Amino acid sequence: MRAWTACIALLAAATLLAGCERPPVDTVQRGYRGTGMELVYNPRTEIRVAEANQAPPVTEPAGSDAGPKARDIYKNVPLLGHLGVAEFTRYMAAITEWVAPEQGCNYCHDPANMGEDSKYTKVVARRMIEMTQHVNADWKPHVAATGVTCYTCHRGKAVPLQVWFKAPPQNNGANFIGDRAGQNSPMQMVGLSSLTYDPYSLYLLGDNPIGVGATTALPTGHVASILHTEQTYGLMMHMSDGLGVNCTYCHNTRNFKTWEGSPPQRTTAWHGIRMARDLNNNYLEPLTKSFPASRLGPLGDVAKVNCATCHQGVYKPLYGAPMAKAYPELLVSASAQAKVADGLPPPTAEALRSVLYFGVGSSTLEGEQAKGLTLLIATLVSRPSAKAAISGYHSASGELSANQQLAKDRAVKVRDSLVAAGVAPNRVLLDKPLQAEANLSGEDPAARRVEVTVK
Amino acid sequence: MADYQNLFTQVQAVGPANLGVPLGPRNSPRTGTDLPQVHLLGRLGMAQIGPIYLGPLGLASIIFGVAAFNIIGFNMLAQVNWDIVQFVRQLFWLSLEPPAPEYGLSLPPLNKGGWWLMAGGFLTVSILLWWARMYTRARALGLGTHVAWAFAAAIWLFLVLGFIRPVLMGSWSEAVPFGIFPHLDWTAAFSIRYGNLFYNPFHALSIAFLYGSTLLFAMHGATILAVSRFGGERELEQIADRGTASERAALFWRWTMGFNATMESIHRWAWWFAVLCPLAGGIGILLTGTVVDNWFLWAVKHGVAPPYPLVFPPAVDPATLLQGVKP
Repeated sequence: MRAWTACIALLAAATLLAGCERPPVDTVQRGYRGTGMELVYNPRTEIRVAEANQAPPVTEPAGSDAGPKARDIYKNVPLLGHLGVAEFTRYMAAITEWVAPEQGCNYCHDPANMGEDSKYTKVVARRMIEMTQHVNADWKPHVAATGVTCYTCHRGKAVPLQVWFKAPPQNNGANFIGDRAGQNSPMQMVGLSSLTYDPYSLYLLGDNPIGVGATTALPTGHVASILHTEQTYGLMMHMSDGLGVNCTYCHNTRNFKTWEGSPPQRTTAWHGIRMARDLNNNYLEPLTKSFPASRLGPLGDVAKVNCATCHQGVYKPLYGAPMAKAYPELLVSASAQAKVADGLPPPTAEALRSVLYFGVGSSTLEGEQAKGLTLLIATLVSRPSAKAAISGYHSASGELSANQQLAKDRAVKVRDSLVAAGVAPNRVLLDKPLQAEANLSGEDPAARRVEVTVK
Repeated sequence: MADYQNLFTQVQAVGPANLGVPLGPRNSPRTGTDLPQVHLLGRLGMAQIGPIYLGPLGLASIIFGVAAFNIIGFNMLAQVNWDIVQFVRQLFWLSLEPPAPEYGLSLPPLNKGGWWLMAGGFLTVSILLWWARMYTRARALGLGTHVAWAFAAAIWLFLVLGFIRPVLMGSWSEAVPFGIFPHLDWTAAFSIRYGNLFYNPFHALSIAFLYGSTLLFAMHGATILAVSRFGGERELEQIADRGTASERAALFWRWTMGFNATMESIHRWAWWFAVLCPLAGGIGILLTGTVVDNWFLWAVKHGVAPPYPLVFPPAVDPATLLQGVKP
């Protein structure tokens, strides 16, 4: 009897604790004492994760890029043709090692004609190189100087291990009973919680508002339902799981909403969410048609990125190994450079409002934009009593302080041009911008602008 | 050989079944006279099972309760495509969810929260009927109605969570889902949405009463067990005619903490601690979202949450920075 009771008790205890990690775990304090700002690590898990997240050795740089360019030797190299041949072949060897080490060059190339785009993998790979350049050049607030390479996600696999597809809707039959409301399923992607199991479609593809907490103590009409909170919570579970960190890595323990007292990592993560959204919408979704059906998800959607795609359970992918700087061709965004000359929206020149656009990092109006300025001057000359209020703006990518200076320079430049064209200085005001939509998607040409309101 | 010395003996006295007191008019007759004695039950409580009085209230309560239970259970079963194995495996994750926010307080389709509304309604009716049964049964035995009112305190919290607060907020979606993990996730999400319930003073009070209840329960249980060798378990006798058990117990607590409850007052302490736990908790939930939107900011405003030295460089919401800057 006693032995049976003991057996049953032991079995019950084992069942109850089956989901737990065995102690001891390491706790690291990172905030003010007594506030519970602690990170918890399981050293046994950490060892396993660390082994799986080592950066591969970097091959010797090619050195001087003197001599023939890749475009002189090879056909169809629009993206990397400016590289020296040695660097080009070095990069091709590296990408093979990173993405298709078993399949080799022929995974993307037709061995009969290496230049041909006959395989879908080559088309995708080219776009992915562009994406890598875009990340390194335009998403510095997230990837900083460390940057990313193909290996950051691929890790020697043709398809990165951690990608996501849209969750197929539940088959509700006659829709009479048993609706799961898109949650309550033990899914790894939300840390086995019962939360909304497809937060990615909402937040990493769509741009639903993520913050749910109120910014005032008392109700002021801010509405965020508990369901909405659970959806955000699902995304946060993914981030926590994908980065192998606790909530306290980014949030302060006292209030998840307030930024005051939050670790700086929260800002980095904030940009990371926008980055994943940008990549999914502008790089991966448009590739849907390029992929064969076998590579697509159950709803026929393309494999998309989330935090775990790069991070793979580590707070910085590959523990922050600075792989990218050994491959300078991945650091500059060729497309962004090309946009400077062209690709700006046409200037707005209405009776009461002008908008003039600038190139990346530039405070000079060129081409069409300069004509927009001429029209503005004509407007002001024709209405001698009108005053112009000038506001400068900048895009999201790059250093904030430099950007603020840039926005100021742009506004000052327009003011000086107007004064130089004979508009009386007292008719031209520098004005604090009115509420503008936040530009969240990196290098957006529509954000680099000066707005002039004629009053 | 074990002998019968006090009520806490492990010896089980077996005799003619105790059928309780004679009942007054309008009480349905007792069910069962040849009542079983179960030895294993005797190790935990009384060995005697029954008589169970169901009555119209109890019967109605059980019918409504079973209806609610079945609605919840069959919804969960349908969610796993009527697969019993998956039902068992995923049971802790499965849930009957309240209607989505867009339905507000309107009647949603059955499979979009209608089942939840129905299950909640049936469960509420069942619980209220059960409360009435507790009340009338206590009265039928000539007892006070302390149990019924303690139960009412719990019902208050239940109604605040699932009915009163959702109605005040204008949305059924604010209510708690019927599920094991889902209701826990609801709790966490609720705290996150409303700025950390840790700073809700009624929540704090409720926790104080919760922990206080367990402490009082442990202290009282230990005291009575400790003095049972002096007949201390005959608590009511000790109230009427204080004997050495009471004196020793009281002196023990005066020695150790300078003050003691009486044989009578300890039960009032325990009752009030237990009852105030859901009462205070219910007030805390009721104020959340209706009167206070962010408890942390509320606590900062009223000097409850102390400022701490900044450890990290100041962080600001990037969404507020990415707008144009003043030249």
